[in-house]
Amino acid sequence: MSEKVLMKGNEALAEAAIMAGCRHYLGYPITPQTEIAAYMAKRMPKVGGTFLQAESEIAAINMVIGVSAAGKRAMTSSSSPGISLKGEGLSYLAGCDLPAFVVNVQRGGPGLGGIQPSQSDYFQATKGTSHGDYHMLVLAPDSVQEMVSMTFKGFDMADKYRMTVMLLADGTMGQMMEPVSLDMGEVAEYDKSWAVTGTGCARKHNVVNSLFLKPEELEKKNFERFEKYRYIEENEVMYEEYMMDDADICIVAFGIAARVSKNAIDMARAKGIKVGMLRPITLWPFPKKELREIADKVKCFVSVEMSMGQMIEDVRLATECTKPVLLCNRVGGMIMTPEEVLAKIEEADKTGGNN
Amino acid sequence: MAVVFEKPKALTDAVLHYCPGCTHGIIHRLVAEVIDELGIQGKTVGIASVGCSVMSYDYFDVDMVQAAHGRAPAVGTGVKRANPDNIVFTYQGDGDLAAIGTAETVHSAARGENITVIFVNNAIYGMTGGQMAPTTLPGQVTQTSPYGRDTNTVGFPLKVCELLSNVDGATYLERVAVNNVKNVKAAKKAIKKAFTYQTEGKGFSLVEVVSTCPTNWGMTPQNALKWLEENMIPYYPLGVYKDKYAQEG
Repeated sequence: MSEKVLMKGNEALAEAAIMAGCRHYLGYPITPQTEIAAYMAKRMPKVGGTFLQAESEIAAINMVIGVSAAGKRAMTSSSSPGISLKGEGLSYLAGCDLPAFVVNVQRGGPGLGGIQPSQSDYFQATKGTSHGDYHMLVLAPDSVQEMVSMTFKGFDMADKYRMTVMLLADGTMGQMMEPVSLDMGEVAEYDKSWAVTGTGCARKHNVVNSLFLKPEELEKKNFERFEKYRYIEENEVMYEEYMMDDADICIVAFGIAARVSKNAIDMARAKGIKVGMLRPITLWPFPKKELREIADKVKCFVSVEMSMGQMIEDVRLATECTKPVLLCNRVGGMIMTPEEVLAKIEEADKTGGNN
Repeated sequence: MAVVFEKPKALTDAVLHYCPGCTHGIIHRLVAEVIDELGIQGKTVGIASVGCSVMSYDYFDVDMVQAAHGRAPAVGTGVKRANPDNIVFTYQGDGDLAAIGTAETVHSAARGENITVIFVNNAIYGMTGGQMAPTTLPGQVTQTSPYGRDTNTVGFPLKVCELLSNVDGATYLERVAVNNVKNVKAAKKAIKKAFTYQTEGKGFSLVEVVSTCPTNWGMTPQNALKWLEENMIPYYPLGVYKDKYAQEG
C-alpha cells in the first residue's frame, strides 16, 4: 500500500488524471475549480504533457475534441456557467463517439449565480447538457479519495465506451483537504484504430464526424449508441449503502450532501430512528433497480440535495412513486447542516412522508 | 501511355456536391496537389467546418475531423498538440471563420498554432441558402440583406488578412483568388508555402481565397467571375499581408 498524502480535492483529481495517462489539459479559468488549471500548468510540462489555457470554454472543449480524435486522453474542467458553454462540444463528443473526461465543480446558479458549492447542475449533467439524444457517464464523488479513484476510473470508462465521463463535484469537494492514496494501479489500453493520426498511406482515411444527412443512417447511429447506454445501465451503476439493513427511512444523497447526511443519520440512529442512505456514485446510470427494491422495504425516502429538487425526480421515477419522497434542500451556495437533515428525518419518521 | 493529367492522390473518388461554377472544386484540388507534392498525404489531418465545405471530409483522402461551426481551429489545435508530427489544416468558409468562429481564428493565430488555415471567402452563407456573411460587401443583396448591406445598421465587412496582420503570432497571411489561370497558379504557390511553413514548424498560416457563389449570388458562373473581379477583389486586394520568413522565400 502506498502512503497517504494530504491533498486538496481539485489538486488530487488533477494528479489522478496525470496518473491515468492524461497528457492534455485544455481549460479556461473559472471559480471554484481554478486550482485544477493551476496544478496542471505546473505539472504538465514536467511530465511531457500539454497545458493550454484556451480563449474560451468553447475553444477548450473543442480542443479536447481534437486531442481525443487524435487518440489521446484529454480533459477539461470548469464550473457551472462554463459547462453551459461547453454544451455544444459535449454534444459533438457524443455524436462523434469520442472519449473525454470533463469535470464540473458546481457553483450556485442560474446565470452567473454565485461561487459557493451547489448541486444544481444535476439535470444538466444527467439529462440535458446540450442538443440531441445522448448521455454522459456522471460520477459524483463524496471524498477527496473518491475524487482520485473516480478520475482514474473515469478516464478508463471514457475510453472503454468512447463517451464523455463527467465528474460532478462541487466547491466543497474541490476545496477540502483529506489524506488520499494515489495508488491506482495500471492504465488499461484500448483500441483506437478509429483515431485521426494520419493514414500513413496504408489504410482508408478515418473520419471523425457527427453529420449523417440520411435519416435512416442517423437513426441507426442513435439506436446503436443507446444499445451501449443500455449495457452501461446494466453494468456500471455504482452506489454506496449506509445503514440500510434495517432502515425504514432511506435518504438519497450524493457528494457533500451525502457527507452531511451521514452525520445526520448517526444523530438520528442515536435517537432510535431507523434511517439509512443510498448514495449514488454514478448519477447516470442512476441506481434505479436498487431504489425500486428499497421502496418495498421502507416507508419513505428523503432526497437531500443542494438544488431546488432535481435528483428527487429520478428517485420518484426509480421508485415508481410507490413511497413518498421528501425534499431536504439548501441552494444558492448554502449547505444543509446535519441538524437540518435530522429535522427532516424526524419529520419523515413522524409522518411517514405523508405531509 | 504517358499520363498527362490525373486526379491528385489526396482526393477521394467521391463526386463533389458543389454547384456548377463554384470554386470550391478548384481550391480542393489545389490543396490536394500540394499535399501530394509535399509527400505528406499519410500524415495530414484535415478539419472540415460547417457550411458548403462540410462534406470535404468525404473528398480529401486524408484523416478528417468534422468540427462544429467556427471551431475548426480549436479542433485543429487539439489534433496538432496531440500529435505534433501530423500536418493539420482547416478548410473554412467566411461565416464559419469570420463570424461564429472569429475568436478561434484570432486566438489560434495569436498562439502561433502550427497549423494551416484555408479560408474560402465568397461573401455569403452558401449552405443555408444565401444569407449575409461577415464578408458580404456594402450594398450587396442577400437573403438577409434584401435591400443591400446597409453599413449604417449592420456595419462593414471584416477583412481577415488585414485584421490578422496585426496579430504577432501569425506567421504567413496571403489573399489569393482562383478566377483565372494566373491567379490559380499564385493561389497554389501560396497554399504550398503555407503547408511548407507548417512542415518546417514555422507557425500559423492562413490563405484566404476570394471565391464565387454563382447560385446564391444569382449569377451565371461567368458573370460571377466578372462580379468577383469588379467588386470582390477591389474590396479584398490580393497579396501577401504577412510573411515572417519573406527574406528566405
